[in-house]
Amino acid sequence: MKNNKNYFNFTFYLLVVPVLTWLIFMIVIPHAELLISSFKAEDDMGDMVFSFANYIEFFTQQIYWLTFVKTATYSIAVTLLAFDVAFPIAFYLTKVASKKNASFLILLLLIPLWVGELVTVYGWMVLLGDHGVINHFLMTIGIINEPLNLLYTNFSMVIGLLYMSVLFMVIPIMSSLASLDDSLIEAACDLGASKWIIFTRIIIPYSMPGIISGAIIVFMLVIGDYLAPNLLGGKHSLWFTEQIYNNFLTTFNWNEGAAFGFLLLMLSSCVIWLALKLSGQKLDKVGS
Amino acid sequence: MIRSLPSSRSYRIAYGAYVFLFFTFLLMPLLAISVLAFNDSNYISLPWNGFTLDWFFSATDNRQGLFADEELIASIVTSLSTGFFVAILSTLVGTIAALLFEEEEFRLKGLLYFLALAPLVIPGVILGISILLTATAAGNHIEDTFGLDVELFRPSYWLVVLGQFSFAATYVMLLVSARLKKFDRTLEEAALSLKATRLQAIWYVTIPFLRPAIIGAFVVAFILSFSNINTTIFLIGSDPTLPIDLYSRIRFSSTPVLNAVSFLIVLTITCLAIINFFASRSKN
Repeated sequence: MKNNKNYFNFTFYLLVVPVLTWLIFMIVIPHAELLISSFKAEDDMGDMVFSFANYIEFFTQQIYWLTFVKTATYSIAVTLLAFDVAFPIAFYLTKVASKKNASFLILLLLIPLWVGELVTVYGWMVLLGDHGVINHFLMTIGIINEPLNLLYTNFSMVIGLLYMSVLFMVIPIMSSLASLDDSLIEAACDLGASKWIIFTRIIIPYSMPGIISGAIIVFMLVIGDYLAPNLLGGKHSLWFTEQIYNNFLTTFNWNEGAAFGFLLLMLSSCVIWLALKLSGQKLDKVGS
Repeated sequence: MIRSLPSSRSYRIAYGAYVFLFFTFLLMPLLAISVLAFNDSNYISLPWNGFTLDWFFSATDNRQGLFADEELIASIVTSLSTGFFVAILSTLVGTIAALLFEEEEFRLKGLLYFLALAPLVIPGVILGISILLTATAAGNHIEDTFGLDVELFRPSYWLVVLGQFSFAATYVMLLVSARLKKFDRTLEEAALSLKATRLQAIWYVTIPFLRPAIIGAFVVAFILSFSNINTTIFLIGSDPTLPIDLYSRIRFSSTPVLNAVSFLIVLTITCLAIINFFASRSKN
């Protein structure tokens, strides 16, 4: 028995060491370093000292905090939009379509998900450009004479953000709905409940865990996105991640970039924490 | 409203139309680039000038096809090998993490599990800059103390591998955990009572049970790596991965070769999805 216990211990260390190495070196230390860097700035002598300068810069420069607020508002709006678009689809695939059709449609869903964001964002550039597919088509059939200004606007940015995130809303809702017993809906229907009542009193509450998981993932993806705002958005569609990219890759002001990064991390953590608190859900549910 | 209940004709038509529109929205960008990859034109979009394979095979000066573009081929090779190493590393650590969190009890388990899930809700940008800052700080420290310039601590190939691994391992862990939850623990106990060591029990009993999930997770980790840009862009050294190369081309010099590359990616993914479809159907 004693021997046996030793084996257990040995195996335990064999399992715990790689996991600890991963979490400490790739997650904990980098984020601690992010926080520390954000409080460093050059003093008058050009030395790096502890300072709130990066954060003061953020709050005093209107462009920074306005972009921050805009990014947050748009991200919440896109998350709500993604829910509106995704819910009927998730319901259709789990409860309305025949099993055979549904599995074919789910196959189609997986393709844009796996192709990667860059290719799909590029696809939207080809579709929405001044000489793009949509304008070309509309002009050929004679609905418009001048190309519509679709690309490089807030509209195209929202399309791109919605496109890359909506499937992350569909899938968790589908897995919630899959376990909803049809007889609940049939019973409600037999008792004379209207579609609206069935929808708001049975279907939505039942799928709440999936909705929350989806909303958290969509929000995180949208607020941290760079490609859609950068390639599809116009000059006025500034996104907070673009400020971070500029700090790191253009102006090389890494400490200010770190402060902005930390603010973004705080914002997304707060919103996610709030969503989990309000719904009484745990983080490990989000993953499953 | 559901399969077993009747609903009005207009409701069904409206619902069907909505679903049709959604799938059009979903597939339109992919269809457009796939078709335009064969357009005999020097611009990335319409009008249609006839069919050509130039954007794949041409090697003339004004039309450099995908397979004649050495830079592009090099970035594809970089992406494939990065994806391979990321998949190996994150499958290994992610599987170990799944075994640890599903089968062991220890202090601070809750905290560690929370950290392991964190990459799901940390934007990729943040992971990228955090790892860049840390690697640079460590690199500078080593250079000051020992006078050594370690490549791993500069933006480089291996830093990209580590950066992508840091979040891919979480996805592997979740996929393997999901299967491990269905595992009948008495099988492992039977092995132990037959004098197998704990390690032998895991290797000969648990791992074979997990194999489909591990293979699936390997593919997912590879795809995550292959398409990642948010984290990678900060860590990239002198050899760009395919998404980074495509990104700079899209911004500065769009030619239809972009359509050709995108078409190849769409084609590969479609094949993978179909394989996955039939594999999961034959299992049922």
